[in-house]
Amino acid sequence: MNSTVDEIAGPPQSVPFALLDEESKREIRRALLQAVCIPGFQVPFGSREMPVARGWGSGGLQISLAIVGVNDTIKVIDQGDDEGVNAVNLRRLITSSTGIEETSETDEATIVQSRHRIPEDAMTSDHILVLQVPVPEPLRGIERNMKELERMHAEGDYSKMWVSLYEDKVRNGVITQTTGYPCLVAQRYVMATTPIPRWDIPRLHQAEFLTLFGAGREKRVYAIPPFTDVEPLTFEDVPFEVEASNGAKCRLCGSEETFLVETPGSESRWSCSDTAWCRRKRTK
Amino acid sequence: MTQSPIITPQAAIRVRGLSKFFGPIDEGAIARTGPEFGTARDPLSGSIVAAWDVNFDVAAGEALGIVGESGSGKSTVLRCIAGDQPSSAGSVHLMCHDEGRTNVLDLSPAARRKLRIDQLSVVYQDPAEGLSLGVTAGGNIADPLTAAGWRNFEAIRVRARDLLDRTEVPLDRMDDIVRNFSGGMRQRVQIARALANNPPIVLLDEPTTGLDASIASGVLDLIRGLLEELDLAVVVVSHDFAVIEMLTQRCIVMQHGRVVEDALTDQLLEDPQHPYSQKLVTAARS
Repeated sequence: MNSTVDEIAGPPQSVPFALLDEESKREIRRALLQAVCIPGFQVPFGSREMPVARGWGSGGLQISLAIVGVNDTIKVIDQGDDEGVNAVNLRRLITSSTGIEETSETDEATIVQSRHRIPEDAMTSDHILVLQVPVPEPLRGIERNMKELERMHAEGDYSKMWVSLYEDKVRNGVITQTTGYPCLVAQRYVMATTPIPRWDIPRLHQAEFLTLFGAGREKRVYAIPPFTDVEPLTFEDVPFEVEASNGAKCRLCGSEETFLVETPGSESRWSCSDTAWCRRKRTK
Repeated sequence: MTQSPIITPQAAIRVRGLSKFFGPIDEGAIARTGPEFGTARDPLSGSIVAAWDVNFDVAAGEALGIVGESGSGKSTVLRCIAGDQPSSAGSVHLMCHDEGRTNVLDLSPAARRKLRIDQLSVVYQDPAEGLSLGVTAGGNIADPLTAAGWRNFEAIRVRARDLLDRTEVPLDRMDDIVRNFSGGMRQRVQIARALANNPPIVLLDEPTTGLDASIASGVLDLIRGLLEELDLAVVVVSHDFAVIEMLTQRCIVMQHGRVVEDALTDQLLEDPQHPYSQKLVTAARS
């Protein structure tokens, strides 16, 4: 007897709220609670298969889906841009599986999922920032042995990280690391702030909002609770500096005090990385 | 109630009954091994008595040698004191740690690693064991300094420069990675690193073995100068009597995991008592 595809598939199953089944969401929330309790500590979690490939924001997506409620409003940005292809797709996935509102205005959002930026607008305790993380381990480039990494974190033995900063300064005259600058969180764990630029790092220190980091491929989540110390690792006599724009202005809104990115080719090549902020400034 | 120090004020290291076994050991195994039986391996159980009942004291400003052939247990003793290997029995008290009240063998691995920052340093035969070869000479010294809390880049540079200068590493090589250094130069960097935080105790494991004779004698001269200058308590493990004669005042001779002689170095070289010591000295002198 022949079966049709419809018969094999059976009756249509309803998609659960926020795509993930309740047990999965609960598991992720449990990991997040642990992460909030131990600021900067990487908590393993059972990263699920998502309808996006690992490395394309699946970690951030799982966090957003695990914490979203019916009254939330979501903003998703990619490099500060609400209209990036990946940002649009992730936002659609979240809104279509939950029915919640979407926005590009930071102050209207309750959850901001981001890759590479913290929005320029000040965020408050009404916001949760969810960051998509490619490499959660700050010591990855320094030590390959997982057991040894575990030991270094457990004992707070970060001398190898300091040596790598020393070597960077000796070789290049400055500390060259730009995105993912290592920070000491709550005087205890060194954390990778990947993928945000240095520009955004001072904005994590004693921030009013909760930040959740999700690395889907690496199966880790970690967190910075509100009002937590986040100190970039640097030598006393080598001050931590954010990216200098050297007097450049945004070619669209003329801003000098935002994080600017370079567009290749055009004459005035700098523009705001945060497109929603830039648009609002121009329309005011 | 405070416990009185177990070690006398003049001793920087006190080792008592230090033993290391591989495999299950009973009293019979101890009785069936050692120099009289010509083996450290128990023929019944197959277990190895790598070191049994090693005792010695070392004072500040003094260097003790441990001599013996390969497999005699001398490096095992050193590694048990350093914490590179867990020991099976015995005690090690260090004056610099809790004024000698604590048996450091009872400390957690993490606490023992902390001792290595500024209490006790080891110089290994193979510089790859004590250094990161992919890191510059200065960076290798920055490692123990930052571990001890140094956070000033210029101060680290100055300290590294001083140490490399003292150990006669050309300063224009300070920012070269150690992999590009010759064996003798690597050994000098390793010594500089070992001294970074002025530890009161330094353990040397065959520090010049593998270097050619002229380079080795330069490194030995350097070590001897440092010993005189810094008032360190030192344990030197070597199979080479030239090293032992040059660096140490006292030494113990090990064979098949046991100490067979404990003597002043001069005395040992002139008038060895134990047949094995006599053999070693004769071999070295011929």
